[in-house]
Amino acid sequence: MLVNKGQFTDWLNQLIQVYQVYAPVKEDDYFCFKKINSGDQATLNYTNSKVPPKEVLFPRSEKLFCYRCENDGVQLTEQIDESKKIIVGLRPCDAKSFLLLDGVFNSDKYHDPYYLIRRNNTVLVGLGCNQPAATCFCTSLGGGPFATEGLDLLLVDIGDRYVVEVLTDRGRELLSGMELPAANQEAQEAARIVKEGAALSTQVNLEGLKSKLDVIFYDPIWDLIHEKCLGCAACTYTCPTCHCFDIVDEAEGNEGCRIRNWDACMFPLFTLHGSGHNPRPTGKERFRQRVMHKFKYFVDNFNAIACVGCGRCIINCPVNLDIREVLAEIQGSEVRSDKQ
Amino acid sequence: MSELTRAIQETAQKLLQNREVELVVGFAEGSLPLRNTPCFVRQPEEAQKLVWGYGCENNLANYLRKRPEKVAVVAKGCDSRSIVELIKENQIDRDKLVVIGVPCRGMIDRKKVTHLLAGKELLEAEVRDGQVVLKGKEFNETVPLEQLLYDTCLTCQHPNPVLFDIMMGEPVPVKETECFADVANFETKAPAEKRAYLMQELSRCIRCYACRQACPMCFCEECFVDCSMPQWLSKSSLNVQDNVFFQAVRALHLAGRCVDCGACDRACPMGIDLRTLTRKMVKDVQELFGYTAGVSLDQKPPLAAPINTTSPATCNQDGR
Repeated sequence: MLVNKGQFTDWLNQLIQVYQVYAPVKEDDYFCFKKINSGDQATLNYTNSKVPPKEVLFPRSEKLFCYRCENDGVQLTEQIDESKKIIVGLRPCDAKSFLLLDGVFNSDKYHDPYYLIRRNNTVLVGLGCNQPAATCFCTSLGGGPFATEGLDLLLVDIGDRYVVEVLTDRGRELLSGMELPAANQEAQEAARIVKEGAALSTQVNLEGLKSKLDVIFYDPIWDLIHEKCLGCAACTYTCPTCHCFDIVDEAEGNEGCRIRNWDACMFPLFTLHGSGHNPRPTGKERFRQRVMHKFKYFVDNFNAIACVGCGRCIINCPVNLDIREVLAEIQGSEVRSDKQ
Repeated sequence: MSELTRAIQETAQKLLQNREVELVVGFAEGSLPLRNTPCFVRQPEEAQKLVWGYGCENNLANYLRKRPEKVAVVAKGCDSRSIVELIKENQIDRDKLVVIGVPCRGMIDRKKVTHLLAGKELLEAEVRDGQVVLKGKEFNETVPLEQLLYDTCLTCQHPNPVLFDIMMGEPVPVKETECFADVANFETKAPAEKRAYLMQELSRCIRCYACRQACPMCFCEECFVDCSMPQWLSKSSLNVQDNVFFQAVRALHLAGRCVDCGACDRACPMGIDLRTLTRKMVKDVQELFGYTAGVSLDQKPPLAAPINTTSPATCNQDGR
């Protein structure tokens, strides 16, 4: 299918009547996914959003339920978001991150209704990356600038128009109100050229990484590799696959809400026990956890690496602790047997 | 710059070779254009990793608290001032620290570069003769260095380290700047406007605490935001007011301790203006107590010592 950019804005305006539409919106010099009230608020010529669109399905803070203590008991109010949503213009790497998050929130052991209801009600309209950033390394993780995995529609920007690739029935349904022409040969050719031109400059060698991580928990490499890390959560909070959370009750008087907030393994508080003991007492253990969770434990649990190569942690780290370099250092280290 | 790099490498190598220190904390080449990255060197032959450039923006004093070993640190003006405050607060043992002072010509603000390039990606950069050449796909722009320096560097009155054991190169001239003109603008706002401004800025806060972690002076064993009994503020970010409260308390806690290095502001991934608050505090402390943080080891911290009300309010060394 083929849609010109003016038509596209009209289409967004139509969708806004029915759906909550989230799209990249410019804020200062970066972009974030925001709910838009009109199609022209969406800016699709962006490289990558500052905070990943995971926050649409898994908000930074969300009320799980609210309660009120009364004389004859407790009154609970459910807080389930059943609105129909569309995320427009998300990058293929971010779409892939949802598939990874699905593993966590929809596993054999656990179904998270808050995430899952939103997830099932959300249609994903991706936007291919004509110009991947120098910090992007999605192809090393099985993705690609025009990967379609997890998307319902994929837009390919060919200048004044988008070639729309229909990937699912949900995607097709979304376009049903539009009388769009099929992409002619000229448009298809333009899309092909755009796709070919989108080469990634960075590759990360992941071969054998998992088997190495399997045996280096006690390796001295962890003593030094984290040293410059400040222990903030800029990497985890801007990561599309990081999903750890904390649940707190926030109450005043006899009423309150149970709230789920993002949490990060980089904070000492994350593992602090009530006894005062902390199994991850220093930056060493915490940094090791982040690397291990993404490149080993997640592989053990879900048979996939919990990284999509979006490069946000590289761009946002206040001390330029670059995950590509960390992985290279681990890869280059001697293989040792794992002994304490 | 290359002379400074060489001097730093030689000094570090000598210190390690002679076993005067076990560790040198400095900067290495970073993985992004215009970026240097903190670097920890323990072997003399690794000293060649150390560099000096316009991307040495981190405050390395942050890595010096309560270290067991003897350490040398590469310190520009602001790092040295934080070191002074940390020594006064018993966080650094002066006898176990060697300060390799580096006169600083300011650091490049990559957010200004991003703004200037308006969406184009910076792939390569070079600084030469006060000009920065920015290169990317199909563009090559030359911009005066001054235009790209951090605001903290533009108003900095102490580019030369105030405390050092070994000095690299010649001192740089101190810029003539207007005394807190930037804060004056904020001060003229009505309280409601100030509040609206802070609420708007902090509505973007994601509570990653990069500001806190990047600050050499934020070293409380338990930060008040992490306390649960009592819980001082909401752990959620549903209410922007709690984000403002967090920053307000952080700024107050830094009163008389903040050296205006800008580390918090630089660390914020969301580009929130944190410096207006901290800088206002710096100005207030100067006016109320005649105290400038981190310039002298002898001057007592104003909020921990009897107030000397006769001290004149000063803005720079000249008392202007």
